Amino acid sequence: MNELIANWTRKDLISIESLTREEIDTVHALAKHFKEIMATNPASLPSLRGRTILNLFIEPSTRTRIAFEIAAKRLGADVTLVEQAASSLTKGESLRDTAQVVEALQADTVVLRHSAAGSPLYLSKILNVPVINAGDGAHEHPTQALLDTFTMREKLGQSLEGKKITILGDILFSRVARSNIFALNKLGASVTLSGPATLVPDGFRQLGVEVDLDLKSALADADVVMLLRIQHERQTSTHFPSLGEYKSLYGLNQERASWLKPDAIIMHPGPVNRGVELDSSLADSNRSVILQQVANGIFNRMAVIYLCMAANNKNLISE
Amino acid sequence: MSSILWIKNGRVIDPANKRDGTGDLYARDGVIVDSLSESELKAAEVIDAQGAVVCPGLVDIHVHLREPGQTHKEDIASGTRAAAAGGFTTIVCMPNTSPVGDNPGTIRRINDSITRNAIVNVYPTGCLTVEMKGEQLAPIGSLKNEGIVAVTDDGLCVQNNEIMRRAVEYARMFDLPVMDHCQDASMTQGAVMNEGYWSLKLGLKGWPSAAEDLIIARNVVFSRQFDAHIHMQHVSSAYGVDIIRRAKKRGIRVSGEATPHHMYFTDECCKDYDPVFKMNPPLRTEEDRQAVIEGVLDGTLEVIATDHAPHTADEKDNEFDIAPFGIIGLETALAASLEVLVHSGRCDLSFLIARMTHMAAEILNLPAGTLSTGAKADITLFDPDAEIVVDPDQFHGKSTNCPWNGKRLKGKVLRTIVAGKTVWDGNQITAQ
Ligand SMILES: [Zn+2]
Repeated sequence: MNELIANWTRKDLISIESLTREEIDTVHALAKHFKEIMATNPASLPSLRGRTILNLFIEPSTRTRIAFEIAAKRLGADVTLVEQAASSLTKGESLRDTAQVVEALQADTVVLRHSAAGSPLYLSKILNVPVINAGDGAHEHPTQALLDTFTMREKLGQSLEGKKITILGDILFSRVARSNIFALNKLGASVTLSGPATLVPDGFRQLGVEVDLDLKSALADADVVMLLRIQHERQTSTHFPSLGEYKSLYGLNQERASWLKPDAIIMHPGPVNRGVELDSSLADSNRSVILQQVANGIFNRMAVIYLCMAANNKNLISE
Repeated sequence: MSSILWIKNGRVIDPANKRDGTGDLYARDGVIVDSLSESELKAAEVIDAQGAVVCPGLVDIHVHLREPGQTHKEDIASGTRAAAAGGFTTIVCMPNTSPVGDNPGTIRRINDSITRNAIVNVYPTGCLTVEMKGEQLAPIGSLKNEGIVAVTDDGLCVQNNEIMRRAVEYARMFDLPVMDHCQDASMTQGAVMNEGYWSLKLGLKGWPSAAEDLIIARNVVFSRQFDAHIHMQHVSSAYGVDIIRRAKKRGIRVSGEATPHHMYFTDECCKDYDPVFKMNPPLRTEEDRQAVIEGVLDGTLEVIATDHAPHTADEKDNEFDIAPFGIIGLETALAASLEVLVHSGRCDLSFLIARMTHMAAEILNLPAGTLSTGAKADITLFDPDAEIVVDPDQFHGKSTNCPWNGKRLKGKVLRTIVAGKTVWDGNQITAQ
């Protein structure tokens, strides 16, 4: 394990696109290690005692924030939260201001959630401490993809080579979709995108994925169907007529789930619009791995925080 | 006592007069003359132009000088110094100032400042609509009386077709060209870069080229219907170039401009989210870039213009989503255009100079861009092969939002002469 950690040289986690397959494997190996330790000894790991992690959530997200908070605390770190409920785009919270906040608070690591794509990259270039992207606009949500692929590996086997993963819904505005596309491509899975043409533009083929707007064939042979949250009010109001129409065309219900292979699993980054993109009966069924995703999110984020901080401060490893 | 200028042994390129060859050029009292007497030659200021190209002073019909109202970004003094350093002797400034140029008083105020502060020739344009809101015609006739050379809501685009139609009809009465920034705003809400592979990958809101093409097509329709001259500013899309090309073949009075940046960069440049590559219209694909170059080469886009758009470093140092659109261009236009068009072997020097001199002047009927006998002695000397390393900190404008920062380009402006007087000597501004 120490060798894996020593081979990790990134201080920041900005995107999946920039990671190698080996780096994804490293995060997963360490996440698995943390998961095993936590199963036998749920007390905090002391590795990061005395360190401060700044959760900088310029765009609100309760789930991701809490997951990062728990991950940091399990590693023994202190967590400081700065939330900016209002959109930075309207309030003029600039990245420079953000960077100054980080420096003033003397954080050892920053977890940044921001509505502007590219903001973690910007911050990582001006800060000496690790920057971990917790979602930047419609760009990437790398830890989500890491926990998603980790969960798939638990369910489908370590190799995702040749597995068919269908991502369904609002791909255009989804950072989760982008990060998963990059991660799954690197892991050798084949990705199919489906949903309304306005949210699943053909241009995505250039990222090395299938675009199949016919739900039945998109679901056929899939090993995983990953649903995305549909938010008609947000950004997508001109892109499809109504939630009702979305549900009637693309909502996953019992009948459509029967088009899936019997052992196919259902994933969702949450929170689920029950009855829109996914029926409650399916969300709570044993095909759904939504709660495992949440749990695995902690271990993968522990791994990412630990790796980046270790890369930035080699003393952490020997401690 | 008259002032006399003798530029010796340069390669004189004057496309308007189909001149290209080594020779001398003379001026007396700020005007080009055929020859000088023996005694005048003795008294003349002699400029040795051996190895240099001597051409008409460059003309840029699309410049933002930010005065009045945003003089922290640029003003008429600093902007015309940048122009001089870039080899431009005549520039046309856009009316999206603060207040905007939609009334005679503001145009008069701009002209007063030009008289006091400009070191090159500056011609103002006026707005098409009141407050550039696209709702009501600006007093175009009164603006013409103050000396505007064209009307434009540049920065914005009139969305209402009825208003645009009336603006075109009305401006034609005063023989004023309409310059249009072609952008269907309903398709570009929140958009910050070209819609395509890179916007999908980067998760930035995409701006389809259709938003530009639709307005270009509309303008072609109005130009044909009213036999009015409509000039498409900063054309950036392949299909847009094609629409203009086909319209011109049918004799429709449209014209178009290409910017050095749309000929030089593509949307791939946005991949690190650096707002210095954020511009309006956005940098587009390689296919679009090549189409813009082709448009210049086949005469569809008859002029190169910079859309020089200064913003402070603070404004640009922001999220890509928040940073303002626009880059400066006056001090890099010649070298960047030389690189794309001439050093690449796609056209000769004379062809490029035509697009940056008399053809630009002719779009707006400006008295500039030639070395004809009797013309104003506005002259630029440059070395097309001298290498420069672009350093915006050495620029003469107030802003440094330059995407060529750090790049090596070939093409150095050695001297800029306005009305027979040197305003830039290759190292510094020499005008008072
Ligand atoms: Zn414009």
